[in-house]
Amino acid sequence: MLKKLRTSDRALMVLFTVFVLATPLLMAPLGAGYPDLMQRFAIYGIFAIGFNILFGLTGYLSFGHAAFLGVGSYSALWMLKLLSINIVPAILFSVVVSGLFALLIGFISLRRSGIYFSILTLAFAQMSYNLAYSVLTPITNGETGLQLDLEDPRILDNASEGGQLASPSLFGLEMGDTAVVPFLGMDLQFNVGFYVSALVLIGMFYLSLRIFRSPFGMILRAVKSNQTRLNYTGFNSRPYTLTAFVISGMYAGLAGALLVCMDPLAGAERMQWTASGEVVLMTIMGGVGTLIGPVLGAGIIKYFENIFSRINDSVIQDWFSALPDGVADVLVAVVSPFLGSGWHISLGLIFMLVVIFLPGGLVEGAGRIMNLITRLTQARKTASHRSDDRPSDDDVSSEKSSPGSVNTRES
Amino acid sequence: MSNYYLNRRKFLQGSAVLGAGLVAPTIFSRAASAYTNEPGKGSVVLGFNVPQSGPYADEGADELRAYKLAVKHLNGEGDGGMLGTFSSQMLKGTGILGRKVEYVTGDTQTKSDAARASARAMIEKDGAIMITGGSSSGVAVAVQSLCQDAGVIFMAGLTHSNDTTGKDKKANGFRHFFNAYMSAAALAPVLSEHYGNDRKAYHLTADYTWGWTQEQSMIAATEELGWETVNAVRTPLSATDFSSYIAPVTNSGADVLILNHYGSNMVNSLTNAVQFGLREKMVNGKQFEIVVPLYSRLMARGAGENVKGIFGSTNWHWSLQDEGSKAFVASYGKEYGQPPSQAAHTCYVQTLLYADAAERAGSFNPCAIAEALEGFEFDGLGNGKTLYRADDHQCFKDVLVVRGKANPTSEFDLLEVVNVTSADKVTYDPNHPMFAGGSLGKCNPGA
Repeated sequence: MLKKLRTSDRALMVLFTVFVLATPLLMAPLGAGYPDLMQRFAIYGIFAIGFNILFGLTGYLSFGHAAFLGVGSYSALWMLKLLSINIVPAILFSVVVSGLFALLIGFISLRRSGIYFSILTLAFAQMSYNLAYSVLTPITNGETGLQLDLEDPRILDNASEGGQLASPSLFGLEMGDTAVVPFLGMDLQFNVGFYVSALVLIGMFYLSLRIFRSPFGMILRAVKSNQTRLNYTGFNSRPYTLTAFVISGMYAGLAGALLVCMDPLAGAERMQWTASGEVVLMTIMGGVGTLIGPVLGAGIIKYFENIFSRINDSVIQDWFSALPDGVADVLVAVVSPFLGSGWHISLGLIFMLVVIFLPGGLVEGAGRIMNLITRLTQARKTASHRSDDRPSDDDVSSEKSSPGSVNTRES
Repeated sequence: MSNYYLNRRKFLQGSAVLGAGLVAPTIFSRAASAYTNEPGKGSVVLGFNVPQSGPYADEGADELRAYKLAVKHLNGEGDGGMLGTFSSQMLKGTGILGRKVEYVTGDTQTKSDAARASARAMIEKDGAIMITGGSSSGVAVAVQSLCQDAGVIFMAGLTHSNDTTGKDKKANGFRHFFNAYMSAAALAPVLSEHYGNDRKAYHLTADYTWGWTQEQSMIAATEELGWETVNAVRTPLSATDFSSYIAPVTNSGADVLILNHYGSNMVNSLTNAVQFGLREKMVNGKQFEIVVPLYSRLMARGAGENVKGIFGSTNWHWSLQDEGSKAFVASYGKEYGQPPSQAAHTCYVQTLLYADAAERAGSFNPCAIAEALEGFEFDGLGNGKTLYRADDHQCFKDVLVVRGKANPTSEFDLLEVVNVTSADKVTYDPNHPMFAGGSLGKCNPGA
């Protein structure tokens, strides 16, 4: 299947696969190599990739994507409760349900564009959140959140054995199972749930790559660059934007289902506007319209949320304990507002820096570093072979993009 | 349509990668210990999962202080607090089973999702053997079921919903705090004595498991007195302004407002109610009254002047004069310069109870600890004689009915104890309809 891709895409796909599968090894030194967080990396990566198909390609900024995440979670959990503890029907069902839900919301919201579209989606998401919280309590269990129960009927594989809740599994492979392998003084945790999410992530990344390269993706880009002109040529773009909206809604539903499969609880706060805002942040931070950007952004934000937020004062004091008392106290006082419960502040700062200096997100940053390196090596080459022809000059100039094309260029 | 290209080498490579990915986690299976996070020889890690943001942040901060104090005492630092007054004299200040007690903290944000993520990080990353805390029943129920699945003990902190040890009870979960049914049962006689038996009540209720059961319990108890329930309105937990909920009360014909709110919810709703002049109103020829079924000193301090004369119930109060309470208040006061709240008390006691159960069981195995706690009777921890009932893992002890003090002598002296309702008056059958519907299941040691 890689044969159909361009060479650069094939390399990207292979690299991506290797990095994702090696996450337990890569993340362990960063203190993030435990199943819960790695699962979140993969799942929110899927969520952000899906969001990017809508926002990155068509430029429609949805502020209500968390609603699909929530709908996916609830429908997956109900499948786990009613049908089977196997995650396959749960995932399929939630993708279908969130797709239908996206069709409904997209059909209405896509009648408007720009800020009006954003507000409409935001309104729908807040409505879903409030419904889940109040009127739909019998389905969602409100604030407490929906959970598995010993009395669940589970038609296909009923009877919880020995008064113990069954945990979600893929044909017998339990999501919670972890192999702990000591490696260079670290404990690498290879978790079934993570690898299931990771394989889904890789599949979804491939799908998004194909969408980006397809004629369909081209039309979506045309919508982004000038929808009015597209309409004037007699081309009806709405079916295409609606399709993109539904696809990205299904991605979100899939992410929601995976969240529930890893940890069988669905809470209403998953649909709150802050959750919708989070995926926007992820995408922008990583790079809107780039393939790999959203995954990077999701990883960074989840890392901050789970690791930085757990650094409390006593940990910070440990860092500076070698320094003289006065200096250490000052450093602790300076650093501590940005860590622990203040992790939002440092995330906000980084986000501002990214938006101001790297409007194309981290991917643009990486691109600039790559360019710099190429230029430096180039300079050295030209210095040593002054009279030689410069074979790679063409490549460099083709790498340089015209201003403002950041959003349409893929990494 | 596609030129699907697949040769033997690629197929083999592909399936090798796929196979390795799928099989790697299973061939090793879980670590070979007898139960989840079996501690090593040197130390044992406890996970303190409390709200550091959201409507219950004040309570969370106080809980964390209490946990840190408990760890100090268990490790033999400080003055030992209630270790000396605890009827079971197993704890000597040498850690738990000879291991030094260490802890990790996390922020529940008063959200089930965030609380579970935090608890999972503690179990998977930090190797916590026991999780405790929570200042919301929604969170407590969510984390309790997580602990059940993961195979660690959950010692509930401040959670007052009937469901925690009712329909959502779990074999690995234990609650020392009292519950909504007990509050209502203790309050009813006092309300009847002071406000009579012919009253019309209006409920404002925090919209989640605790609020629901608190409302249900209060309605049942007051209707038994002969009161009439005019209306019961649910308010979102995240609400900060309750004026739109208070305004309808004035025209409803009700003469008692029952605020099934806690934390900053209660502070705000009570303040709004007072601003609307409810306490000066005369309705149906009677003085309008406000009742707050679950009270705490932190809330009383937040609400200031407004709490004077308002009835409520509490699990424990620092002014109690038994040996355990005095020792705890002295020790906590010396450490932090203020008396502990009921949240701090229950969290401190839960930590001690866990440590003691581990000592008595001689093991950290969750099943052994559960067995040691079930049916355990103890004294000297501030509540008098207390029983950890085996049927639902709920503690049964005296309940305090308190009232906002008219003339406080200090910023901490805000509540006065009106009545101590004895444990037998608030004890209920494990199959009481308000608690029915769940089952403990079997203890899960994980691994």
